[in-house]
Order: sequence, then C-alpha cells, then structure tokens
Amino acid sequence: MADAGTAISIDRVVKRYGSFTALHGITLEVGADEFFTLLGPSGCGKTTLLRAIAGFDDVTEGEIRLYGQNIANLPPHKRPVNTVFQHYALFPHMTVTENIMFGALRLGWSRSDAEARAREVLSLVRLDSFADRKPGQLSGGQQQRVALARALAPRPKVLLLDEPLSALDLKLRQAVRAELKSLQRETGIAFVFVTHDQEEALTMSDRIAVMSAGRVQQVGTPREIYEAPTNRFVADFIGETNLIEVEVKRVSDGRAEVVLPGGHITQCAAASQSHAGTGHISLRPERLTLCPAEAGDLGARVESLIYLGTDIQVWARLPDNERLILRVQNAGSIALPAVGQEIGIKIEADAARLLVD
Amino acid sequence: MALKIDLRRFPGFFPIALLCLVVLYAPLVVVSVYSFNASASITRWEGFSLAWYVDVFTGPESPKFRQAAINSLIIAVLAAAGATLIAIAAAVAMFRTGRFKGRTLSFALINLPLMVPEIVTAVASLIFFSSIGLGGGLTTILLAHITFCIPFAYLPIAARMQGLSDSYEQAAMDLYATPWQAFRLVLLPLLLPGVMSGYLLAFIISLDDFLITNFVKGAGIETLPTAIFGAVKQGIRPNIMAISTLMLVVSVIFVTLSWWAGRSGKSKA
Ligand SMILES: Nc1ncnc2c1ncn2[C@@H]1O[C@H](COP(=O)(O)OP(=O)(O)OP(=O)(O)O)[C@@H](O)[C@H]1O
Ligand SMILES: [Mg+2]
Repeated sequence: MADAGTAISIDRVVKRYGSFTALHGITLEVGADEFFTLLGPSGCGKTTLLRAIAGFDDVTEGEIRLYGQNIANLPPHKRPVNTVFQHYALFPHMTVTENIMFGALRLGWSRSDAEARAREVLSLVRLDSFADRKPGQLSGGQQQRVALARALAPRPKVLLLDEPLSALDLKLRQAVRAELKSLQRETGIAFVFVTHDQEEALTMSDRIAVMSAGRVQQVGTPREIYEAPTNRFVADFIGETNLIEVEVKRVSDGRAEVVLPGGHITQCAAASQSHAGTGHISLRPERLTLCPAEAGDLGARVESLIYLGTDIQVWARLPDNERLILRVQNAGSIALPAVGQEIGIKIEADAARLLVD
Repeated sequence: MALKIDLRRFPGFFPIALLCLVVLYAPLVVVSVYSFNASASITRWEGFSLAWYVDVFTGPESPKFRQAAINSLIIAVLAAAGATLIAIAAAVAMFRTGRFKGRTLSFALINLPLMVPEIVTAVASLIFFSSIGLGGGLTTILLAHITFCIPFAYLPIAARMQGLSDSYEQAAMDLYATPWQAFRLVLLPLLLPGVMSGYLLAFIISLDDFLITNFVKGAGIETLPTAIFGAVKQGIRPNIMAISTLMLVVSVIFVTLSWWAGRSGKSKA
C-alpha cells in the first residue's frame, strides 16, 4: 500500500447507459505509488471505469478525486492523467519522437525540453534507435512500448493502462510484464492497470480489485485475493479452485466448522461472520494431497489423469457426484492412482475457506 | 457460402458488353480523333493536324473561350473548397458526435443533391436567387456549385472517416490537446487522403456542370460548358472538338488523381 497518500479516490461511482447500469456504485482508493489492477471478465465494466477516470465518459453519479481534487467536471485534456490504449492509438502520421512529444508540447513545454524528455523516455523503454520511425514500421511490442513512452512523457500523476498487453504474443507479454512493473517502480507514479488475465494481475500488482457485473467483488493484495477470497465469484475467477457444498455447523471469530460431503467435520477459515445451513468452501487443487481411501477428509473415485508436465492433474468424483480436481507435483517417483480407483483426499491445514455465497 | 455467379458465362454477355462500351465511348473517340482532323469537316478525315488546337488558343473565338475557361477554373477552385469545408464539418458531425436526433435525416439531406433531378435543382436555384433579389453572376454560380458539390466532396471524406477509430482523437485529448487541436493536429491529417479525393471530385463536377450553371448564370458571364453550348448552337466546328478533348483529358486526370488519393490513404492506415 502507498505511503505517499491517495492518488485516486473513486466514491460511489455509478454509470448508466440508458436503462443499463454498467457500474453499480464503485468505491476504490488507489495509492500514489501503487500498481493497482482492475481484474474481471469481459464486460464487467473495467474500461468504463478507466474511461471515467480519464474523462472520456461522464459518470452518472458519484465522485472521482485526483489527489483530493474532484475531477468530475474536467474535460480529458485538463486531467493530469495519461492513458495507454488497448490498441495503442499511436498517431500514424507522426514519427515515434513526434508522438512522444505531443503531450508535452500541448502542455506548453518548449520544443527542446520536449525533445529531451522524448529521448529520456525512449531510452527508458529501450527504443532509442527507433526515434524517427513511423508507428507503422514497428512491431506490436515496439508500438506498445512507444504507447507507454508517449503516456509517460508528460509526467502524468497517474497512468491508466487498458489491457495494453493483450495484443502481444505470450513470450513478449511475459517480458513486457516485468518491464512494466519495474517502470512503475522507477517512475513512482500510480498505475491503474486493466486486465482480464488473472496471471497478469497476480504477478504485477500491488493490489487488485476483482470486478464482476459492474461491482467490485474484492480488493486486496494478490496473495489475499488468491489465498483468502471472500466470495464464490472471486474464488472461482482467480486460479483453479474446487467449490464444494458443505453443511455449516458454527461460525465464530473468522473460523468455521463445516461438514464435508461424506460426513467428515473440518475446521476452516470463514470469509463471513454469520452463516447457517449450507455454504461453499473453496479448495485449491494444489493444497490437496492424495492418501489411501478411508484415511482422507474426503473420499472420491478417480475419473481421469491429465499430464501437465510439472504437475499431474487428478480429476475425481465425490460421492455426491461433484467433480474435484487435485494437482500432484510430478516428482518422478510418485505413485499415481489408477482411473476408477477409490482414493482419499487430505485437506491441508487452512487450505479450505468458507465463502460468502 | 454464396454461390459465385460467373457473369461471363451468360448467353450474350460479350455482345451486350461490347455494345455498351461502344455506345458509351464511341462518341468520345470520334470527337477526340476528329479534333486532330486537318479539314474543317466534322465527318470526313483528311489527315492529321494540330490546327484546331492552335485555333482554340489563338483563333477568333479564343478570347471568349479563354475568359470562359478562367471563369470555370475560378468557380471550380472556390466551389470545391467551399464544398469540401462543409463536407468535412458534416462528416465530423455525422461520425463524431454520437447519435443525435435527426442523424438519418441529416445524412439524407447531405446526399439529396445526388438524387434530386438536376433540372429541378436548377429551376429551384433560379427561383431562389431571384426571389432574394440576387442577380445572376459569379456569386450565384458559385453558391449553386458549392451546394451540388457537397455530396461529391462528402462521400470520400465520410468513407475515410468511417474507417478511422475515434481513439486517435481521444489519445490526443488524453495528451492535453484541446478538441480543436485534436482535430487540427490528428484528425485532419488522417483525413487528408479523403479530403483531397473529395476536393478533386468536387472540382471536376463543378468544372463540367452545364445545366444548373446555365440557369443561374445570368447574362454576360459564361463558363466553359455554357460557352461551348453557345458555340455549338451556331454549328459545330472542329475547335469545339478540340476544347472538348482538352476537357476530357483534364477530367480523366482529376478523376484519376482523386481515386489515387483515396486509395493511397486506404493502404496506409
Ligand atoms: N456506450 C455504451 N452504451 C451501452 N452500453 C455500453 C457502452 N459501453 C459499454 N457498455 C456496456 O457496459 C458494460 C461494461 O463494458 P466495458 O467496456 O467497461 O467492459 P470491460 O470490462 O472493459 O470488458 P472487456 O474486458 O471486454 O474490455 C458492457 O456490458 C457493455 O456492453
Ligand atoms: Mg475493456
């Protein structure tokens, strides 16, 4: 979390398109030197929220403050915020340098200052030798870095990035991820990064807001989001998980006692304070271990084995016919169960978590 | 998949196609060829000569045609400029202001001159100008030309604009450009191929308009087409063919340029 204060605070922002509500009262705070990610499935309102911050769309209700100043009525060209667009939107008729100088010149910098700054950010994104090319003469990855340099050049207080890596191939995407992250540390400004790729979000962010259907489902560090999801949506969306229906016996002090399918009783962490009747627990596949039948917390029958290289995925069926997935590390000498075999499954301590439905 | 129909297999395709080509182009070919005829006859070939071209520039009728050509050029340059400016504004309004009431109606209005019979426009323009007390002359011709050139300037610009995402202007405004700067520094340069194409098309349409010009021009001013028409009424001399051929060449050059401008822009962006 940021020490230097709050860069953006989004206060009960509602956005409606006619009768359709794209954002249902979003409240978020982004720290001044934070890498903050908006993560969610397609159509959940990430771009809408980003465009509201940049000023391309008005919000229907609520306030957006930038370092304490309400910017709701400022047009985009008066907001000290720059955007890296999903498809870059580099000006095709200008050279790389002219593209990068554009913002600084509009702010009234002198030509020589703007040029010096362009050289500076170009070397930051390691494209010094491409200064005089047109965007059409660059590869996708290079264009992406020019877009980044262009947005950084006028020294914005906040950088908004709308799925900037989605057009890159896997290799390049992984390389650029690391670059982006170190760039954010070097510049020390707030990045608001939009993605629907959970791996990207987990590896790069200081904090993540998981969104769905126009609502923020959970805000937290990657670790909190992954290990302590509060509700079914987050648990299901982030990583692989098994959602198992259980009987809740007791909830107190963030702990719960639940009855697993098959009758075993186990203790687990609870995301909600009160819970009665049935609920769902989340079990990460890598936090489950195989053991002989009868010895486990859960009993199941092996349905299939999937070889993943470093891991082997075991698909099994619980007695109530729900599917359960486990991951076993491929240590070479492990004894794998056969398809059709009855197995026992041990839940590691604290691996289960009772969710808010 | 749609069934591809090969038109060339249809019975009678080649004779019909040939007939169309002959009907369309034979007169043009005849006029062009006979403009190089050595004699004053318009039906009998008596050898190659450039005499009629010399006559166009130096002959007894040359001052009249020169003045008419100058008028035509002035009108075409200005009318195409006016029509292009209006067309740019119209295209920006149609494609960059979101949905507004009457958008479809506006679209129809912009393109109306393409559909209204020219004679109706001509009569209406004449009535309009005389009802507001504007006497025929350069001004009335110019106003009328700007009006009917708008759709010709608009179509290439709109085509260009349609393929242009508004994210460029948004990026410009995100980078502190005012809406006007975003237009001038980003949108306009990107529209340029369409603008040039539209200008050239409007230019050529204005240059060879006869009907409307003839109605609104009033006495004492001629454009090239009205001057040619006036001359033809007294009998066709081969110098008319020479002028016509020259106009044909200018038209072909401009239409080619217009096509080329529109196309070169398309392949780039
Ligand atoms: N101009 C608009 N008019 C009406 N509805 C819109 C408009 N723009 C977006 N929406 C709707 O708002 C919702 C959120 O859209 P948004 O673009 O923010 O999604 P997103 O989270 O960015 O998705 P993606 O990951 O696919 O980019 C969608 O359901 C979309 O259909
Ligand atoms: Mg989006």
